[in-house]
Amino acid sequence: MAVLVIAEHDNAVLKAATLNTVTAAAGLGEVHVLVAGQGCGAVAEAAAQVAGVSKVLLADDAALAHALAENLAPLVTGLAGGYSHVLAPATAAGKNVAPRIAALLDVAPVSDIIEIVSPDTFVRPIYAGNVLATVQSADPVKVVTVRGTAFAAAAASGGSAPIERISGAADSGVARFVGQEIMKSERPELTSARVVVSGGRGLGSGENFAILEALADKLGAAVGASRAAVDAGFVPNDYQVGQTGKIVAPQLYIAVGISGAIQHLAGMKDSKVIVAINKDEEAPIFQVADYGLVGDLFQLVPELTQSL
Amino acid sequence: MKVLVAVKRVVDYNVKVRPKADGTGVETANVKMSMNPFDEIAVEEAVRLQEAGKASEVVVVSLGVSACQDTLRTALAMGADRAILVETDAELQPLAVAKLLKAVVDKEQPGLVILGKQAIDDDCNQTGQMLAALLGCGQGTFASKVEPGDGLVTVTREVDGGAETVELKLPAVITSDLRLNEPRYVKLPNIMKAKKKPLEVLKPEAFGVDVTPRLKTLKVAEPPKRAGGVKVASVAELVDKLKNVAQVL
Repeated sequence: MAVLVIAEHDNAVLKAATLNTVTAAAGLGEVHVLVAGQGCGAVAEAAAQVAGVSKVLLADDAALAHALAENLAPLVTGLAGGYSHVLAPATAAGKNVAPRIAALLDVAPVSDIIEIVSPDTFVRPIYAGNVLATVQSADPVKVVTVRGTAFAAAAASGGSAPIERISGAADSGVARFVGQEIMKSERPELTSARVVVSGGRGLGSGENFAILEALADKLGAAVGASRAAVDAGFVPNDYQVGQTGKIVAPQLYIAVGISGAIQHLAGMKDSKVIVAINKDEEAPIFQVADYGLVGDLFQLVPELTQSL
Repeated sequence: MKVLVAVKRVVDYNVKVRPKADGTGVETANVKMSMNPFDEIAVEEAVRLQEAGKASEVVVVSLGVSACQDTLRTALAMGADRAILVETDAELQPLAVAKLLKAVVDKEQPGLVILGKQAIDDDCNQTGQMLAALLGCGQGTFASKVEPGDGLVTVTREVDGGAETVELKLPAVITSDLRLNEPRYVKLPNIMKAKKKPLEVLKPEAFGVDVTPRLKTLKVAEPPKRAGGVKVASVAELVDKLKNVAQVL
């Protein structure tokens, strides 16, 4: 049986997290991608080009415009009988809808997998990634969310899957989309950036994040933050890297003025190379950093920016 | 409007958990247990709604071993009016919890159900969404703001890249994110008062719900350790290492 991947998109662009989920799905069987939205034909076209995808299902309907779980879940459960697995990225949208689908199917969802051991057995982090659990599902359809950083992205081009239009969804009548405020940024997205520069409480203020932005501009990096910096109001909450924020695994992660609480480490410890800059040489961040630099960040960060 | 809040007893967030030697689970013997932090936020929100005159009664419910009564007493000390424990020694997975909570909702008929978005032990982030599915009602997950209106509730949700606002018909299910509020410190007189508040103990069998676990945990292990690296003495040395050793620049 084939595997159904729920594409993440904003009706215009296919989100990168979908590509990682396609790679996970390809390890389980033939991959079909569901693009559910409104006026999302371009997304379906993009999904059809993704290497490894053999069919795209396009549900174009006003009730699906904002990916409300209340409307999307019944659509997916209607399709699920023909699939061994339903996969979604472990993003805010995927985490919102996948359990709703699973409950309607009366199956136990498996959240945030980082490894596929066999078609019914998965590895997932628990206790903020301090422990890994290997779990086996006996359910007929496995509803799974996939941690993007644990799977390589499928190539966005090279495929030529047919697009099949399917019927839309009914409006549940219990939920209505009112609006959204999405931060605009010129920088790469945090979860898919090659380099991430993150700041913590040590930055002291939101204004001081400017020195990180200068470094990030030099490196083409995304800017992140620890929960302490977010809670202190230095930066908006979508900057947060950690157990309760974003999980990142870039090629290079530069932690500036971050002590390295477990909660933060859970979100970045799978980065390829970690650099820590902190004035406290006892800070726990140095235990996971490949390269540690002890000193005043207000002097060291501009010096680093200069020398690149 | 009655508000029902579900709370879970978990290993305290300050405890560094370790897998058991036989890999069947994590060591929980003689470990400090507390209310799941996201559930504390859920309780706080319900109590604030009551203090603002928007909720008539706050009922807290927990499912699990007898010691969950301590967790419920904490919620009562925070301001909840009464508590329900669905007591069992069996392992309860999120789907079973959602089914039991649905049975409690059917009995209590709350206008709002508030849960933490995830428990910090299994990190599943599933129960609220599954409860909403079983009830056929709207779900305001990862909430950072909750504003009840006439027959509906407006919820601001934390999503990737920003925030989203949805309007849900009541009854509705809400799951709390970190920034919904900051839970209060419980004062001693309130702890004493909480001891006298009603706490009802029910058995899952009374609801006729099948709570058999669907997922089998085959192994629990520590993740591969990241070896600590080296300290560099200067920015120049750092740049040199990144360029020539790590080759990431």
